[in-house]
Amino acid sequence: MLLEIKNLHVRAGDTQILKGVNLNVEAGEIHAIMGPNGSGKSTLANVVAGHPAYEVTEGTVRYDGDDLLELDTDERARDGVFLAFQYPVEIPGVSNSQLMRQAYNERRKARGEDELDPLQFDDYVREKVKVVDMDPDFLDRSVNVDFSGGEKKRNEILQMAVLEPRLALLDETDSGLDIDALRVVSNGINQLAGDDNAVVLVTHYQRILDYVEPDKVHAMVDGEIVQSGGKELAMELEERGYDWVAKQKGAAQ
Amino acid sequence: MSSNIESYLDQPYEAGFHSDVEMEKLEPGLDEDKIRQISAKKDEPDWLLEFRLKAYEHWKTMEEPDWANVEYDKPNFDEITYYSAPKNQPKKDSLDEVDPAILETYEKLGIPLHEQKMLQNVAVDAVFDSVSVATTFKKKLKEAGVIFCSISEAVEEYPELVKKYLGTVVPYTDNFYATLNSAVFSDGSFVYVPEGVTCPMELSTYFRINDQHTGQFERTLIICEDDAYVSYLEGCTAPQFDTNQLHAAVVELVALENAEIKYSTVQNWYAGDEEGTGGIYNFVTKRGVCEGDNSKISWTQVETGSAITWKYPSCVLKGDNSIGEFYSVALTNNHQQADTGTKMVHIGKNTKSTIISKGISAGVSQNSYRGLVKMAPSAEGARNYSECDSMLIGDRCGAHTFPYIDVRNPTAQVEHEASTSRIGEEQLFYFLQRGIDEEDAISMIISGFCKDIFHELPMEFAVEARKLLGIKLEGSVG
Repeated sequence: MLLEIKNLHVRAGDTQILKGVNLNVEAGEIHAIMGPNGSGKSTLANVVAGHPAYEVTEGTVRYDGDDLLELDTDERARDGVFLAFQYPVEIPGVSNSQLMRQAYNERRKARGEDELDPLQFDDYVREKVKVVDMDPDFLDRSVNVDFSGGEKKRNEILQMAVLEPRLALLDETDSGLDIDALRVVSNGINQLAGDDNAVVLVTHYQRILDYVEPDKVHAMVDGEIVQSGGKELAMELEERGYDWVAKQKGAAQ
Repeated sequence: MSSNIESYLDQPYEAGFHSDVEMEKLEPGLDEDKIRQISAKKDEPDWLLEFRLKAYEHWKTMEEPDWANVEYDKPNFDEITYYSAPKNQPKKDSLDEVDPAILETYEKLGIPLHEQKMLQNVAVDAVFDSVSVATTFKKKLKEAGVIFCSISEAVEEYPELVKKYLGTVVPYTDNFYATLNSAVFSDGSFVYVPEGVTCPMELSTYFRINDQHTGQFERTLIICEDDAYVSYLEGCTAPQFDTNQLHAAVVELVALENAEIKYSTVQNWYAGDEEGTGGIYNFVTKRGVCEGDNSKISWTQVETGSAITWKYPSCVLKGDNSIGEFYSVALTNNHQQADTGTKMVHIGKNTKSTIISKGISAGVSQNSYRGLVKMAPSAEGARNYSECDSMLIGDRCGAHTFPYIDVRNPTAQVEHEASTSRIGEEQLFYFLQRGIDEEDAISMIISGFCKDIFHELPMEFAVEARKLLGIKLEGSVG
């Protein structure tokens, strides 16, 4: 099992956000977590990535058999956990390629591999830029500064392609994208997805699932995963709304 | 996370050691007799003694100004020692007689004074408390026609040049601390680049305050004749004492026609401890005049030290088409306070100035940018561009911007941009999530923020400056 979440309870300040989440993700799988605003789906992705604002009050998260919660945020990243941010931050004066080279070399160092020098990295990253269909000039621009919303999201996918994570968490990467950008983002996800890694898509909309075929879809309501199924669940959620699953859950209890 | 980052900022001050050197000192306090003694010790000509005495008379009528956005206990001028020099004065041109403890001090600071060990292509003038103890690469410079020596030596060897320019850019009446400096200045650097000469190497002065009660009043004068060029850098450190030492320097630059002076500072005076005890009061007057047409003066400063910094390296753009530039990074942490910026006074036609100021505040420090852009009625077609960016680290520090703009010519253009940002949890989380640890993250964020300034520093020093900021900021973001 690549990711095994059991009975996860999470708090931010005084607010209990996750109230007992269970989720198993095997290598080679693509999962979609859907839910209304405030259901806790972004929180789940951020907690797995190690965001400092959240406090785990109960439950366990295992990653490749190890206790993930014991690891610092940067250690998790070097171990192959990647979060595509919903709102990527701007970093003036630091170029995209500088950030990615540092990040990539940190991963290589952690694996006992030699670092790439700037020229070697440039060769490597230029191949990856093609995945997101962007101008190579993009590499020299400051990270996310004056990027459009779509460019920021593509940039996250580019970083994912460069870092080749084992577990990719995408936090609403599809929101606010036009159809072309959505295609590019989906393409990036499909290129990454393989037998050794897994993708968890956090999304509002079924739309991206037209391009990325999920193995499992989960409906999250009020801090819990209330129903899991295949792709058809996504269609049903889109049609009938989240009230429907919430009610089903209520009835079951 | 916040406190974690801040603790990381509080790195020990590596230059904080004190060296045991036998010194010859005047008794603390100031009166006319002391000034005569200083002048006599240096065997000065009468005109210079007159200059000092006039300044002293004027100083007695002045009040210490308090308009800056800093708070401190005013220095007690009766407790300061105004002259302190190592007893073993070396002969000029020879390091053999310099007190080994002094050579060792500079060695420890990473500034070896033996030429074979030095950075290639950088000549150094080392000022220890009140006097210059060594100047390197003098011969090589002389061959090119460049004079680089201590100002005391210049008074002896080139009195006409000193007399012609001293006090012309910063008159002895200029301000409280510049006037005090004019009365008691003990040493500093002198640079003269003759017509048509591009100085073949970087010149630098390394200022070291060693004594606990000595004020450092250095005076630097740089003159670039027509079509000449020089790049000059100063570095500064002081031992760690729990009292405050006063550093009140005056720097005057004169650029004649088509001349260019590039003046860079990496200032790392002792800043006091985490509680705000001790540290240097850095009250400095720096001004350059672009006297000739098409001349250029450019100030670059990286200010990381001092308890209180109060300085405005300025340009008076007299010559037509002359250019003034000010590039600054000012970092304050713990209880440090900085009120720094520049003045660009446009007098000539089509004069141009650029101001890029980056303030970084951490701890409970206060960091102010204060800048004046003045377009005189004669400044036809003059232009200024100013950009002031502040970065806050943590939520207990302050950043302030005080721009003054005075335009008296309708064809002049002034542009001012300002921004404030904060290194916050989200920015750090982004780096951490990419596998980059906190230390590297902060260093990348700060380097990125200061990129435009580092770009202006001579290569060797840009690396130093980046490292220095890294050390000063480690663990400070939250």
